[in-house]
Amino acid sequence: MVNAEPILKTENLQCFYGSQRVIHDLNIEVLPNEILGVIGPANSGKTTFLRALNRLNALNPSYRQSGTITFEGQDLRKIPDNLLRKKIGSIFALPQVLPISIYQNIAYGPKVHGVASKSKVDQIVEESLQKAYLWDEVKDRLDLQANRLSGGQQQRLCIARTLAVEPEVILYDEPCSGLDPISTAKVEDAMQKLKEHYTQILVTNNTKQAARVSDRTAFFLMGELVEMTDTNTLFTSPRDSRTNDYITGRFG
Amino acid sequence: MRRKLSEIFIEGCIRLSGVLCISFVVLIFLFLLKDALALFGGYSAGKFLFGSQWLPVSEPPHFGIVPLVIGSLYVTLGAILICVPIGVGAAMFIAEVAPQSLKTILKSLVEILAAIPSVVLGFIGIVWLGPFLKTTLGLSTGMCGLTGSLLLAFMALPTIISISEDALAGVPKAYREAAFGLGATRWQTLWRILLPAASSGIIAGVMLGIGRVIGETMVVMMVTGNAPVIPASILQPLRTLTATVASEMGEAVSGSEHYFALFAVGLILFIITFLINLVADMSLRKARR
Ligand SMILES: Nc1ncnc2c1ncn2[C@@H]1O[C@H](COP(=O)(O)OP(=O)(O)OP(=O)(O)O)[C@@H](O)[C@H]1O
Ligand SMILES: [Mg+2]
Repeated sequence: MVNAEPILKTENLQCFYGSQRVIHDLNIEVLPNEILGVIGPANSGKTTFLRALNRLNALNPSYRQSGTITFEGQDLRKIPDNLLRKKIGSIFALPQVLPISIYQNIAYGPKVHGVASKSKVDQIVEESLQKAYLWDEVKDRLDLQANRLSGGQQQRLCIARTLAVEPEVILYDEPCSGLDPISTAKVEDAMQKLKEHYTQILVTNNTKQAARVSDRTAFFLMGELVEMTDTNTLFTSPRDSRTNDYITGRFG
Repeated sequence: MRRKLSEIFIEGCIRLSGVLCISFVVLIFLFLLKDALALFGGYSAGKFLFGSQWLPVSEPPHFGIVPLVIGSLYVTLGAILICVPIGVGAAMFIAEVAPQSLKTILKSLVEILAAIPSVVLGFIGIVWLGPFLKTTLGLSTGMCGLTGSLLLAFMALPTIISISEDALAGVPKAYREAAFGLGATRWQTLWRILLPAASSGIIAGVMLGIGRVIGETMVVMMVTGNAPVIPASILQPLRTLTATVASEMGEAVSGSEHYFALFAVGLILFIITFLINLVADMSLRKARR
């Protein structure tokens, strides 16, 4: 795994909101099929990093960035927005279900990418819900408005929706911050099963979650990557004292 | 104790204004009803509703409102067909496509549009739009239904644009990000997510715009030719319900049959607007569900 070509790579990435620099010189490589955990205190630039990867940051007019990001060896800037975001899907902290039915939420992605046949869409909806471990809970009420689901169900719906467009990478930004332990376990479970086909990056404020789920973990502090290594090593014998302070809860 | 008093006072005021509002509407309706029904003592309701001639000063007079209803229908439908697509389209452009600087300019422009008095628009219709339509479409007169429709559409546009634009801008950012995050293009996001999510606001804007179109009197009186006959098409002179009341009220003798007939026309207008509001309300409620 260490020898695999990185699927995503940033070189000297710097991110700015207006004149405020929130990521300094980030060099990071993400390997295929790994779960990369990203931890760090508030405002350390974790969200900004994730949103740079599928260019959602660009929706903010004050945002600028420098440096390069490559995806599968190709400069990110050369990939059109809609294609890039199809390949790199994202799950946010608060489930962002659309104000339409469960079925429509999932069918939306495939439809905008040109899947027209009803039976094909039906099939994608079922498969995606199954992969996100939601199918059994909703199969009898696919026409229900998605926002009637519980928070945990909504989050898994968002995962299903992202899976439905067949991405290669899935970005999670604190996906469990609003969920109870049981829903959290379900989401983590889903992530483990998805490893086989997807590369996943998990930003989390919960260091225990990173320790449970991720293969490698990166520690961000004030817009800098302090340390990135095997999850095990990072949590048992971190190289940097700041990492140690953070994971032992002695920070700040 | 003092706080309690002020609360009671405020609550009383709010209650009073609510009651006042309702009683005004009821009073207006009763007032209209009383004078309108006076017509049907001597003139048959059937002839009023289905008569094809409006000749209030002939002997005997005819008070058939069919030409007026058709005139109103032509002008109103024409205006709606013109202003709804343009208004919603412009709102979409301002909310989602235009860059920030252009957005600010366009929004203030729309506000200025809203402030143009209707007489001025009527004036423009008489000296410019009417003659222009006459020559380009080869009409016998430019004072026709289409001229009225165009000007009314223009008057309804600011309402439709600004309310629809607000509705679009008010769609939660999360929906946009979710759609973009799935790889939808801007257009797909606008069409399939933002428009449906903003639909109740857009419908409200359109209904308010249409309300303005139906109730407007001045412009239609000035430019539609003032001919109370059944028009063959929107390109002919015609007269609307509102324009009839406005132009004849001055000459009708108080308490005469003509006078009551105009009240009956007012009652019909009242009922029409009431029904439209009802439909709008129902569709809004449906859209919210
Ligand atoms: N839309 C924005 N406009 C301006 N500044 C922003 C914006 N989003 C983030 N920032 C700034 O960028 C810095 C990094 O924020 P970011 O959201 O990436 O941190 P984070 O590590 O995700 O924090 P948290 O753990 O609280 O989510 C912060 O100082 C924040 O104030
Ligand atoms: Mg964050």
